Amino acid sequence: MDNIIEFYDRWGGLIWEATIETFQMVSISFLIAVIFGLPLGVLLVLTRPNKSWDNKYVYQFLNIVINVLRSIPFIILLFFLLPFTRSIVGTSMGVRGVIVPLVVYTAPYIARLMESALLEVDKGVLEAYEAMGIKTRHIIWHVMVQEAKPSIILGLTIATIGLIGATAMAGLVGAGGLGDVAYRFGHLRYQPNVMYVTIVLLVILIQAIQSLGNILATKSKKD
Amino acid sequence: MIELKNISKTFSSKKNKEVVALQDVTLHVKKGEIFGVIGYSGAGKSTLVRCVNLLEKPTSGEVFVNGEHLNEMSTDQLRQARQNIGMIFQGFNLLKTATVYDNIAIPLKLTGLAASEINERVEKYLSIVGLADKKNVFPNQLSGGQKQRVAIARALSHEPDVLLSDEATSALDPETTDSILELLLKINKEFGITILLITHEMHVIQKICDRVAVMENGEVIEQGNVIDIYSAPQQQTTQRFVSSLFPSEFPSEIFDDLQKQGPIISLTFVGTSADQPALSVISKKFDVHTNILSGNIVQLKDKPFGKLIAHIQGPKDETDKALAYLVEQGVQVSEVSNNG
Ligand SMILES: Nc1ncnc2c1ncn2[C@@H]1O[C@H](COP(=O)(O)OP(=O)(O)OP(=O)(O)O)[C@@H](O)[C@H]1O
Ligand SMILES: [Mg+2]
Repeated sequence: MDNIIEFYDRWGGLIWEATIETFQMVSISFLIAVIFGLPLGVLLVLTRPNKSWDNKYVYQFLNIVINVLRSIPFIILLFFLLPFTRSIVGTSMGVRGVIVPLVVYTAPYIARLMESALLEVDKGVLEAYEAMGIKTRHIIWHVMVQEAKPSIILGLTIATIGLIGATAMAGLVGAGGLGDVAYRFGHLRYQPNVMYVTIVLLVILIQAIQSLGNILATKSKKD
Repeated sequence: MIELKNISKTFSSKKNKEVVALQDVTLHVKKGEIFGVIGYSGAGKSTLVRCVNLLEKPTSGEVFVNGEHLNEMSTDQLRQARQNIGMIFQGFNLLKTATVYDNIAIPLKLTGLAASEINERVEKYLSIVGLADKKNVFPNQLSGGQKQRVAIARALSHEPDVLLSDEATSALDPETTDSILELLLKINKEFGITILLITHEMHVIQKICDRVAVMENGEVIEQGNVIDIYSAPQQQTTQRFVSSLFPSEFPSEIFDDLQKQGPIISLTFVGTSADQPALSVISKKFDVHTNILSGNIVQLKDKPFGKLIAHIQGPKDETDKALAYLVEQGVQVSEVSNNG
């Protein structure tokens, strides 16, 4: 018992702060990545051959850019993007400094997940709405996205979990977060207890997000 | 109401193979009628109805609906025109993630109908299709027939002049098919909506259609009033469709045997002549025996239509008199030869 209290006194504040940082990094970069990724996914679907905005140049261009970005490991992306990050947010350190690479890493992934979710939507329904004289942008939002919602939610859950994994590496550029604590104190300074606690926290976090995603997806499924 | 002029449609697939789905099709569907298009799979029926609202752009030819030339419209004008053309499908095409109510309300909202009117329309058309009590249910909890009713309510709620139906009953069992056909008949009568439907079942044609066109290999090979097509089909495919209702094939040995004892005739009854017991009358009036080999009476939209194959036995002069009497009664009589 004394041990626990002692541990808490010594590390509690640090771990709590790191948890907050992880939340910040994940939520901010998640939001920005969705803002880019969802429309990209829609564009990927609509510019396919025989779709409403059929355009093989746009489609191929997006395809290649997304594939290239997705083939670079996050740790390399992190360093590769340092100058770019600095020029956009003015720093390459701390939470702010890591948002840019996290977004660049996650947005293409989200775009792919959105693409596959949207492709599952029954073509007949889209056609029925076209036949009713409804604008394409309304069809995209009210039919495609709404009908794909359960798959979109599951896809975003996967993306969030991937994002948490990436933030753990972000410690290398001094961004903080749980991964950073585990690395710096657990590994470099050999404090195994700190490492175990952060790992347990990460496991709980990921479990919680997956369960939340499953519940929301089931709820939006309606059958 | 719907005029298709010389419509052709060629699909070109990747391997440079061209599929001619429609070839110079000309059709005129009059205001207020129910027009059926029948044909075997791949005949081009779906492509044809999809050309009416330009879901499929014809390679050549012109489409007029309600006097408006659809091919020459801008995207915006076409969207407006489409709001006046309802469409129902074999697969119902409802939103899975929305209630029955929302399935009808959402498209109304998206076409800009005032919020106050939306509720009224949804309630009205749900009760017309008999699903007023299902409005808060999701499509997955409905049967196929009920889903099609929702789709019909969705189409009607835009108060269109024209309703297109692409095999709307093909996924349904016979009883449900009949109830949906009755519903279509009812909306045609009550709202005067012109209906163009396509099907591969003669049953659908005979039950509700006024006129019918038969399609084969992308062409309309025959068209006319349902009763005329039934009583005198010209093309082989049409004859096959009609004879599917009136089976008339016998082993040729039996046929030859019977023919030695008297003529085998085909009797076609249209309208009132179908309810007369003509055959029993002739066997009383003349010195002949009649024997029905096969036959069927079907109820067309507004009159019964029957076809019998019968064998008439008796002295030559008596059978001749009997046949003449049948003709007098308004029955179409023709002798059947062995090969058909
Ligand atoms: N999008 C398309 N691309 C290429 N070929 C097509 C396309 N749509 C239809 N076809 C071809 O056009 C022909 C007519 O097809 P259509 O779907 O109109 O037939 P159908 O009479 O409706 O048949 P079914 O009763 O099976 O529905 C077929 O040979 C089909 O393969
Ligand atoms: Mg078809």
